[in-house]
Amino acid sequence: MYGKGILKGLSVTWKRFWDTYTDDISWMLKGRKRYNSVEGVAHRSSKNTKGIFTVQYPEEQLIVPEEFRFVPFLVYDEGAEGRKEVRCTSCGICAKVCPPQCIWIVRTNDPATGRPVPVPTDFHIDMDICMNCGFCAEYCPFDAIKMDHKFDIASYQRNVYGMEQLLKPAKYYAEIRPENFNREEEARKAKEAAKAAKAEAAPSA
Amino acid sequence: MATPLTMTVDLVARFPGKVTADSRPGYTGFIVNKENLVEVATAIRDEFGYDLLTAVTAVDFIAENKMEVVYHAYKTTGGAGLVFKVQVERVDPIEVPSLINLWAGVDFQEREAWDLYGIKFTGHPDLRRILMWEGYDGHPLRKDWKEPFFEEEAKPFKSRWPDGKHTFAENKNPFRDNLNFPKDFDPENFVVEKEEDLYLSLERDSLKDKAGNMKTDHIVVNMGPHHPSTHGVLRVAVQLDGETIIGLKPVMGYLHRNHDKIGERNTYLQIIPYTDRLDYFNSMSNNFGYVTAVEKLMKIQVAERAEYIRVIMAELSRIQNHLIFIGMLMNDLGAMYTPSLYAFEERELILDIFEAVSGARMMCNYFRFGGVVRDIPEFALKKIQDLVSDRLPAKIDEMERFLNENEILMARLKGIHVLNAEEAINYSVTGPVLRAAGVPYDLRRADPYSIYDRFDFDVAVRHNGDMMDNYLIRFDEIRQSLRILEQALKQIPQGPINSQKPAYQVRVPAGEAYGRIESPKGELGFYLISNGKPNPYRYHVRPASFVNLQCVEKMCIGTKIADFVALVAMLDIVMGELDR
Repeated sequence: MYGKGILKGLSVTWKRFWDTYTDDISWMLKGRKRYNSVEGVAHRSSKNTKGIFTVQYPEEQLIVPEEFRFVPFLVYDEGAEGRKEVRCTSCGICAKVCPPQCIWIVRTNDPATGRPVPVPTDFHIDMDICMNCGFCAEYCPFDAIKMDHKFDIASYQRNVYGMEQLLKPAKYYAEIRPENFNREEEARKAKEAAKAAKAEAAPSA
Repeated sequence: MATPLTMTVDLVARFPGKVTADSRPGYTGFIVNKENLVEVATAIRDEFGYDLLTAVTAVDFIAENKMEVVYHAYKTTGGAGLVFKVQVERVDPIEVPSLINLWAGVDFQEREAWDLYGIKFTGHPDLRRILMWEGYDGHPLRKDWKEPFFEEEAKPFKSRWPDGKHTFAENKNPFRDNLNFPKDFDPENFVVEKEEDLYLSLERDSLKDKAGNMKTDHIVVNMGPHHPSTHGVLRVAVQLDGETIIGLKPVMGYLHRNHDKIGERNTYLQIIPYTDRLDYFNSMSNNFGYVTAVEKLMKIQVAERAEYIRVIMAELSRIQNHLIFIGMLMNDLGAMYTPSLYAFEERELILDIFEAVSGARMMCNYFRFGGVVRDIPEFALKKIQDLVSDRLPAKIDEMERFLNENEILMARLKGIHVLNAEEAINYSVTGPVLRAAGVPYDLRRADPYSIYDRFDFDVAVRHNGDMMDNYLIRFDEIRQSLRILEQALKQIPQGPINSQKPAYQVRVPAGEAYGRIESPKGELGFYLISNGKPNPYRYHVRPASFVNLQCVEKMCIGTKIADFVALVAMLDIVMGELDR
């Protein structure tokens, strides 16, 4: 019969249409929130989702996974009296590995000796050029530059970030990437312990 | 592992004095005398059976004052390829005989070599610029050509560190100083006269069929570059007799950014994120092709677990690409949005996996030389398992129920735009389009790379070569991909995910390599020449959609213009890859 295929197709659309509402109703009966709740968004990105599963941005936002990357930031540790101890040593690896070459670093030189000091005088990232590849964070040997989760940075100006916009505390880093942070902390502690053990062993030998 | 490029054919013995073996260290293949190129190429095709000429490209050896044209020929029955080259002196005009009478598939690639290297292919009937515009001055891939905002020959630039004071590029190069105009160029009186060539080339083809018929007026219609059905910025000049197409030429380059030149300025590692931007739906496959080529050159083994992760990612990528294909084909046929959004829903779930694993949904940048960036987290592996075994098979079935018996769809697709096997091979078409024409040529089987030889799957093939088969073969391929995924998920071992130490600069020994993979759109090849420096000397992409587009002219003549819209969707082109 001509038109049977079309009807068959439409039955799929019909089913999809009701699926949206059956999910809504069953959630409502159970007293759970399918919309505007973390649980609801998580359900709508899972394999069990049915019907329409649009996320109503900006009222709700997708839950980003830990590895999500969007534009880099610089990590500082909080020292005594709230002093910012910048992890960056201005070694320049991030600037060298950056594919679109959007990282600009001025290295500090000791005015007395002229030798380089391991802190950056100036650090600029042109966020309009940054392609979010994550190489800088991946190859930084000091865990000083990391990829951010904050993705809504649109503005009316050009986004050239200086130190004051780039610096974020290690606490923030631990918050957005807990697994990575813990892994790195452990590695650092192990390294320090090994160093201490070596230093202890050295004089006796 | 990829099969080594073994020389099963001894061209030197067959053509003494006309062919020499390429004996440079790290290079393979044969160097053919320019005068004997057509003769030798005919023998390669007809005597030795290398019927599929996939890649044609050029290399500028400026130090030796030579230009080289490199051809990669393969057998559609499978196996290693044959590389042959022609070397000519680097003095304009540089002339090489065209192979267009042997392989129609060299058309675009020879035009590209003319455009970017200035090599004239004598005998090519339509040797116009293809990616740059007519009236452009210079040939951008030559080693002595410099782009606007040129800073240094190779990255990393010295201005960024240790004294990197931020400046905007345009402040250094004020407008007008960063462009090269031809001599005697006057913008006031400039008319695009070469544009006529395009229309003349349409006229010439159509006149042939017109002999003896009543004289009617023909209309030239320019579809695109801004047209909703041309998938971005493809422009097609169509000559119409009523509603029937009698001449057709694709015009491209509106998204051209000279990817090859960017690659030659980058270090090997820095190219990886740029390959993401080629076929932006399949960044995983693009990464795969590129690292395959570099690993061939570096002669390194890939970590076992990483091989499986790569296959899983590549197959997921294929599934989501074919889902987009189905959705977009429906959009172009007029089934606006409902099918495409159903397809996008499933794709969304796959992109979530990419995001959890690599950090980005589309620009994954996930592969490294010797392995991958990071391991798949446990929850992502679980999600892949759930999708592969539960959700996707059911959803593909639902998609089939939804569309495949639809009478309107059948009327639009069945028996339209037929491409037979001989034509498809002659036009160097690869991927699903070739397989729908009845040639079971799939690189995962024909020339296995990575670990595809360990999996049990069938090469999807259909035999009519019409639009319906092209559409249905995508469903077959999704099913086969699911089969591969199921096996890969079962077999995936524990272990390291990279055989190399992470390093931001890799040492690549001098030589050449051509790495190719079966991307969802066809053969994706990367041709690399290293001279031992941190940057490749030559970096060339052989994009599947660019080469596949060549058959469009042949397929469209004599059909209706409305079907052409569907054909563009069916070829599954993506402009990021086509224009590079």
